[in-house]
Amino acid sequence: MKVLMFGWEFPPHILGGLGTASYGLTKGMSAQEDMDITFCIPKPWGDEDQSFLKIIGMNSVPIVWRDVNWDYVNSRVGNYMNPQLYYDMREHIYADFNYMHTNDLGCMEFSGRYPDNLHEEINNYSIVAGVVARQQEFDIIHSHDWLTYPAGIHAKQVSGKPLVIHVHATDFDRSRGNVNPTVYAIEKNGMDHADCIMCVSELTRQTVISKYYQDPKKCFTVHNAVSPLSKEIQEIVPKKLPKEKVVTFLGRLTMQKGPEYFVEAAAMVLKKASNIRFVMAGSGDMMEAMIRLAAERGIADRFHFPGFMKGKQVYEVLKASDVYIMPSVSEPFGISPLEAMQCSVPTIISKQSGCAEILSKCIKTDYWDIHAMADAIYSICTNNSLYDYLRDEGKREVDGIVWEKVGLRVRSLYEEVLKNYYK
Amino acid sequence: MKTICLYFEIHQIIHLKRYRFFEIGSDHYYYDDFANEQGINEIAERSYIPALTTLIEMAKANEGAFKVALSISGVALEQLEIYAPVVIELLHELNRTGCCEFLCEPYSHGLSSLANEDCFKEEVERMRVKIKDYFGQEPKVFRNSSLIYDNEIGSVVAGMGFKGMLIEGAKHVLGWKSPHCLYHCVDNPDLKLLMRDYKLSDDISLRFSNSEWCEYPLFADKYMGWIDSIPENEQVINLFMELSAIGYYQPLSSNILDFIKALPECAKQKGIVFSTPSEIVGKLKSVDCMDVPYPMSWTDEERDISPWLGNVMQREAFNKLYSVAERVYLCQDKRIKQDWDYLQASNNFRFMATKDSGISLDLGIYDSPFDAFTNYMNILGDFINRVNSLYPVDMDNEELSSLLTTIKNQGEELVQLSVEVETLQKKLAAAEKKCRTAKSDKKEAKAKTKSNKVK
Repeated sequence: MKVLMFGWEFPPHILGGLGTASYGLTKGMSAQEDMDITFCIPKPWGDEDQSFLKIIGMNSVPIVWRDVNWDYVNSRVGNYMNPQLYYDMREHIYADFNYMHTNDLGCMEFSGRYPDNLHEEINNYSIVAGVVARQQEFDIIHSHDWLTYPAGIHAKQVSGKPLVIHVHATDFDRSRGNVNPTVYAIEKNGMDHADCIMCVSELTRQTVISKYYQDPKKCFTVHNAVSPLSKEIQEIVPKKLPKEKVVTFLGRLTMQKGPEYFVEAAAMVLKKASNIRFVMAGSGDMMEAMIRLAAERGIADRFHFPGFMKGKQVYEVLKASDVYIMPSVSEPFGISPLEAMQCSVPTIISKQSGCAEILSKCIKTDYWDIHAMADAIYSICTNNSLYDYLRDEGKREVDGIVWEKVGLRVRSLYEEVLKNYYK
Repeated sequence: MKTICLYFEIHQIIHLKRYRFFEIGSDHYYYDDFANEQGINEIAERSYIPALTTLIEMAKANEGAFKVALSISGVALEQLEIYAPVVIELLHELNRTGCCEFLCEPYSHGLSSLANEDCFKEEVERMRVKIKDYFGQEPKVFRNSSLIYDNEIGSVVAGMGFKGMLIEGAKHVLGWKSPHCLYHCVDNPDLKLLMRDYKLSDDISLRFSNSEWCEYPLFADKYMGWIDSIPENEQVINLFMELSAIGYYQPLSSNILDFIKALPECAKQKGIVFSTPSEIVGKLKSVDCMDVPYPMSWTDEERDISPWLGNVMQREAFNKLYSVAERVYLCQDKRIKQDWDYLQASNNFRFMATKDSGISLDLGIYDSPFDAFTNYMNILGDFINRVNSLYPVDMDNEELSSLLTTIKNQGEELVQLSVEVETLQKKLAAAEKKCRTAKSDKKEAKAKTKSNKVK
C-alpha cells in the first residue's frame, strides 16, 4: 500500500509534539512490509532518517519550468533527494506560476517553522502539493494537522484518491475556546473533505464531532504511542540529591498548559514540606507572569525556571526528577508524560489530557483542582511505596504502548476507507 | 440427613472524608458523616430491613425448622445505632424467635489477625461482650473479617475458647476434599471449621439476577435439587454471604425475597434441614484436619489476601497502621481507640487495590487507588502523630508497658493505701472517742464517788 503523507515537522528539527508523533507513526507503520510511505515536509535539512520512508521537500519541487542541468540540481538538493525526482516533478507543472516568487530551480522557499506569514506558507504548500499529487503514485492521502489540510484536499481533487486527516490538535485546545476564525475555517474545510478523520484521543474526537459538526461515523480515535528510548538516553545517569525531591513541569508556558496551577500547587506543598524543589522548564508567553506569581507566593527560593530545553537536556531533567506533572487545561494527547514514565518518573496528569484515556498507572486530577494536585505531589514525595509503584508499573505500562500497534490500527482504517471509497 | 447452614454478615464501613495533607495536625476528625448516614440508610432501606423482615417471617412460619446465623461488625453496629435503629429492633425480633445464632467477628472488620495478636484478641473480646449485651447470647463460633484464615489464626481463635469458625471452601486448600464436611484446625482439633460452598453461595449472592447466567432464572426447587444431588455422605452445605446480597447486590425486583422464602419448604420436601453453626459443631464429627499455611479469604478469584495487601502501597499503609498497634493498645484515650477501630476496616485497603478482579468496585469519593492511598496516608499521618504525642516516641514499647503497669500498680496501691488510711483514721477516731468517753466516765464516776462521799 502506498501512502502520500503531508506533514509540517519531522525529526530531528522539531518544534513541538507534531514532529515526534509524525516520526513515531510512520516508523510504526513501516514495520508492515508492504507499507510504502512518502512524507512531504516544507523544508528538509538533510539529516532526516530516510531508512523507512521517502521524504519530499516541498522547497525542492518545481512549480515553474527552469532549464537546469543535472549537476547543478544534484549540488542543490542531492543530500536529501534524488535529482531525477526533480525532473520527473518538472514534467507535472500544472499551471503558470511565474507570478509567484520562485528561486533559480523554479521552487518556492519555505521556513518550515511557524512564521508570521504562516497562512501564505500554507497556501504555497498546497500549490506545490498539486505537482506532487500529479507525479506520485499512491493509494491514499494522509494529512497531519490543519497546516496540511489544504494540501490534502488539493491532492484529493487532483488524484481522486481518498483523504485521511489526522487531528493532532484543534484550535479549541490551543486557544481555550477563543478560536481564530481563519484557522477554524481551514480545519473545518479539511474535515468536511476528509473520508476518514483520525483523532489522537476521544477528547479530540468529541471536539471534532461537536465543534466541527462531523459525522461520528467517520471519526476514529487513534491514540499516540512513544518510541523506545535510545541507548544514549538510557545511559544518562540521573543526578539526584539524596535529601531533596524534584517536581518537574516541562512544556511551553502558555495558557493551554496550565502553568499557574502548578505554581499554586507548589505553594501549598511548600507550606508543609521543605525538602521539595519545583522546576518549570520551558518558555512561552506566560513565563514572566509565572516568575512573578512564584515570587508573590514567596516560594521563589524553591521554584526554578531553567528555560527552554531541547534534545538530551529534556531527558536529563526528566531523569533528575521525582515527580513529573502536566496540568494542561486542554491537551489533545500529550506525549510528554509518556516520556517521563519511560524515564521511570511517577507522573501526575490532568484529566483533561488525551493521554489520560490510555494511562492508568499515573495520578489524574482535574487541572483546576490544585488541592488534589498538591496532595498527589506530597503523597509521592513522602510515601515511598507510592513512588516505587508508580515508577515501576508506570514504566511497564508505557513500554507496552508502541507505535507498531498504532500502525496496525491506521492500516486497518485505511483498508476500511478504501473499501468504502470505491463502492 | 443433609443440613444447610445459612449465614449472613452485616458490615458497613465508616467512610473517610476527603483529607488533604495540609490538614495534618490541625483537623482530627476523619469521617464523612453525610456519606455514612446516606450509605447506611440506603442499605438499610433496600436490603437490611426487607431481608430481616423476611427472615423473621420465615422463622415464625416454619416453627423451628428454619435456622439462620448472623454476625455484625462493631463499626456497623455503631452506625446502625445512630442512623438506622429500626434494623437493630428487627435483629432483636429475629433473636426472640430463637432461630438465630449470633456469631462473633473482629470489632473493626480489620486485618488485625494478620498483624498483631493482642490487638486482635482485644477487639474480638470486645465484640463478644457487645453481642452478649445486645442479644444475650454468648457467641461460640467465630468468623474473621472477609473469612481470612490460616493455621495461626485458627490456633489463636481456638485459644480464645471458640468452638468453631467459618472459613472459605477455597479450591486450592480443599483439593479433592469436599466442602460439605466438618473439618478441624490442624494445630488445635478443638476448633471445628465450616467450609463455605462458594459455588452455591455465589449462585445467590453473585449471580441470582444475572440474566446472562445459563441457570437464570433460578428457582428454589431447582436450587434445592442441586443440594439434593450432592452425594449422601456429604452432609453440611454452608451458604455464607453478606446480608446486603439480598436486595442490594441482587435487587428486590429480581424476586430474591420470594426465592429465599421458598427455600425451607423446598428443603422440607427433600428432607433437608437447617442448622446453626453451633449445632453443626456440636453434633457432627470432624472428618479431617485442614492445613492452611497461607492466609486465605472469601474475596476475589484467588481467595487470598491480595485484595487488601496485594501491592506495595497497601502493604505500606498496613505496616504503618499496625506500627502503632501496641501504643494504641496501651493507651487509654477514647478518641484514639475509636479512630483506631474505624481506620482498621479492611475496606480502606481494598480501595487501594490495583489488580483487576473482574468486578467493578465502588470507590466512593476516590478517583483511583492512588487517590485512596493518598487520602488514607494523610489521615494516618495525623493519627500516628496523635498516638506518638501520647508517650515519648523513643521509648521502647516494653519499657513503656512496664512503666504503665508500674504507674497503674502504684495507682492501685495508692487507692489501697488511702483506703487503709481512711479505715485507720476511722479506727483512730473511734478509739479517741472511746478514750474520751472512758475519761468522762471516769470523771463522772469520780464525781459520783465524791458526791457519794459528800452524801
